[in-house]
Amino acid sequence: MSTYFSEQQGDKVELVIQVEEQLHKEVSEFQTIEVFQSKDFGKILVIDGVLMLTERDEFIYHEMMVHVPLAVHPGVHRALVIGGGDGGALRELLRYPEIESIDLVEIDERVMRVSQEFFPHLASSFDSDRVHLHVADGLKYIRKWEDHYDLILVDSTDPIGPGVSLFTREFYGNCYKALKGDGILVNQHESPFYDEQARMVWEIRRQTRAVFPVNFLYQAYIPSYPSGHWLFGFMSKGYHPLKDHQPCAWEARGLATRYYNSRIHQGAFALPTYVQSLLDQTGEDFIPVLSGGDQ
Amino acid sequence: MRNYQLDQTQAPLLTALKRYRQKRMVSFDVPGHKKGPGNPELLEFLGQPTLSTDANSMKMLDNLIHPVGVIKEAENLAADAFGAEAAFFIVNGTSQAVQAMIMSSLNPGDKLIMPRNVHRSAINALILAQADPIYVDPGLDQAIGIPLCMSLENFQAAIQANPDAKAVLINNPTYYGVCGRLQEMTALAHQAGMKVLVDEAHGTHFYFSSDLPMSAMEAGADLAAVSLHKTGGSLTQSSLLLAGPGMQADLGYIRQILNLTQTTSASYLLMSSLDITRKNLAMRGEEIYDRVVKFADYAREEINQLAPPSYLAFDESRCDGDAFYAFDRTKLSIHTRSMGLSGVEVYDILRDEYNIQIEFGDLSNILAIISVGDRPVDVERLIAALAEIRRLYAKDPEGMLMSEYVKPEPVLSPSTAFYTPSIQIPLAEAEGRVCTEFVMCYPPGIPVLAPGERITARALTYIEYAREIGSSLSGTEDPEVKNIFVAQA
Repeated sequence: MSTYFSEQQGDKVELVIQVEEQLHKEVSEFQTIEVFQSKDFGKILVIDGVLMLTERDEFIYHEMMVHVPLAVHPGVHRALVIGGGDGGALRELLRYPEIESIDLVEIDERVMRVSQEFFPHLASSFDSDRVHLHVADGLKYIRKWEDHYDLILVDSTDPIGPGVSLFTREFYGNCYKALKGDGILVNQHESPFYDEQARMVWEIRRQTRAVFPVNFLYQAYIPSYPSGHWLFGFMSKGYHPLKDHQPCAWEARGLATRYYNSRIHQGAFALPTYVQSLLDQTGEDFIPVLSGGDQ
Repeated sequence: MRNYQLDQTQAPLLTALKRYRQKRMVSFDVPGHKKGPGNPELLEFLGQPTLSTDANSMKMLDNLIHPVGVIKEAENLAADAFGAEAAFFIVNGTSQAVQAMIMSSLNPGDKLIMPRNVHRSAINALILAQADPIYVDPGLDQAIGIPLCMSLENFQAAIQANPDAKAVLINNPTYYGVCGRLQEMTALAHQAGMKVLVDEAHGTHFYFSSDLPMSAMEAGADLAAVSLHKTGGSLTQSSLLLAGPGMQADLGYIRQILNLTQTTSASYLLMSSLDITRKNLAMRGEEIYDRVVKFADYAREEINQLAPPSYLAFDESRCDGDAFYAFDRTKLSIHTRSMGLSGVEVYDILRDEYNIQIEFGDLSNILAIISVGDRPVDVERLIAALAEIRRLYAKDPEGMLMSEYVKPEPVLSPSTAFYTPSIQIPLAEAEGRVCTEFVMCYPPGIPVLAPGERITARALTYIEYAREIGSSLSGTEDPEVKNIFVAQA
């Protein structure tokens, strides 16, 4: 008999992955954390029934979240990761020697521990001297900083559950305050395809546009995420993600990557027309831009 | 947990409703949705358990009009939990409990001593009871601009000047969390032979914590209207009327008064929520309100740490031993004018920009209600949003209207004014006339003008300033509150 992990991705759409076994399941103070072993995707981390990462394609997400801002900002010394308890974003950040200090703020310590046990190639980054772990509510943590960080990465779960406050105006406003005058913020920005996530894209955009003068979205293809088409937000107080892109400097670093490269950087900001029209909506309520055909 | 005389783990109405559901009775009575099939969309929206509980009065479920079974048992448990002689379940909102207190204590023409900063429902009750208010200046905390709870001196003077008054009405606490010297006021009123009625719409939690101000029943009051839904966790519109030990002989009359205005189809959703909430508070109330107080204290501390010019989240340090005798620490009352923003502005920004709904904003303050349902992450959101509003919007408070006690000039009693021939004229031209309807800034729903009062220049200034800063005005027949009915000259 085969066992399957299935995740609801659209209203009536599921992604089903055949799994060999469930390696772990626990209910933490905040959420249910599960780890599955699958043949095609390797180990899979699931939180509250939502697929967070797979060993096969996590590199795409983490490379795109980290290398895009670092190919723009020439002097990131102090970075902050909010969420990201799996350690993947940290791993990529640690490849930049000029980053002297990285704070990681994760509300659920158990996510870090589970990651250390089952995803050591990501979570080994916790051991670096440059990394400082804080088990705390991200919103509470960020509130006390002013003009402090060069880069903030918001690597959160979906805006349901404990991550919900990381999608609010007050959170982004406090991030703005915590960033230096030339700081950059990158966040995971959900998928534009299915209505439920498209609404989140719209909502995050609505909140961040009110806070950051420079505000762009870019995309990556992440097969295990709903529709595979995933967005990231690039926000700053001045740096433009393309005009200030420094491909030569980045390439001179000689970093080996599997998804990110300088041409991907340029192309990632070219959004499909339907996504652009979703982002251009400025009304009080979200209006779905795609339909199933019979509506 | 306190010592109760009855077994507070019981919930007789809940048990009866469960049994009723299990029986799957075929109903040929009302309500017509017949537990759902008659109204599929309603069923889908509210769910089967809700519609199965929406039953009609019947033998096994008792009848709120004349309770002799499970409702009576549930009311007795509530009385025990709140330290009262008797408790009445209320399904028409705490407004009805306030009205029942007043109508059962006063006959037409009787006088009621009360502060002016009462909820509209109290003045409405005076219209129904055709009784006359004797207003006491509640006092004002000048620096933060909030009305208080009557000084003992003012209260005593009103009693001495009106020895024929039948009862007194006291807020415990006010909307902002201010309490007066309830025990002393109760003793003074009783010495003068007056009944003590307490509006505890915002004081449910006083009954379940030793760290909070004294409750009406503890102070020896005669009647108290306790809005269990506001901070206790029951469903909106459900409430309790409590009677103290001196009221034994009046209980039957109170029920008759309640039946004058109460629905004859009392909702079992509301009543079951009262029964379940009473049980929850009796079992876990202390622990719950300990946590609520900690949340509120934490929020106050964090908000007060923001660099000036900033908010003042005030606390018991403002107590003056008299009209501000005690403070309800579960209320997160925050002064905003010191950074150049009215409470209404902060209230609107929180809702429109940050998706955070608080209880109200007035000229100088906002109030966030912390209650049984709050979680740390939500409290963090409120603090963070307030910090942002300060960063983005703080300005010089120069030129902002100070809150003040607009002393009313009663000319006619509210009921006389309500029924007197009147004409509608523009509000702007109404100075000097006697109004026959309310004007309120909502929330908090405390009237600026009540029927029978002279329309003063100060009242008009206040109303126009409130309108300008975005307060929601109500009370008049004119939905725009541009015109007002006044007594024909």
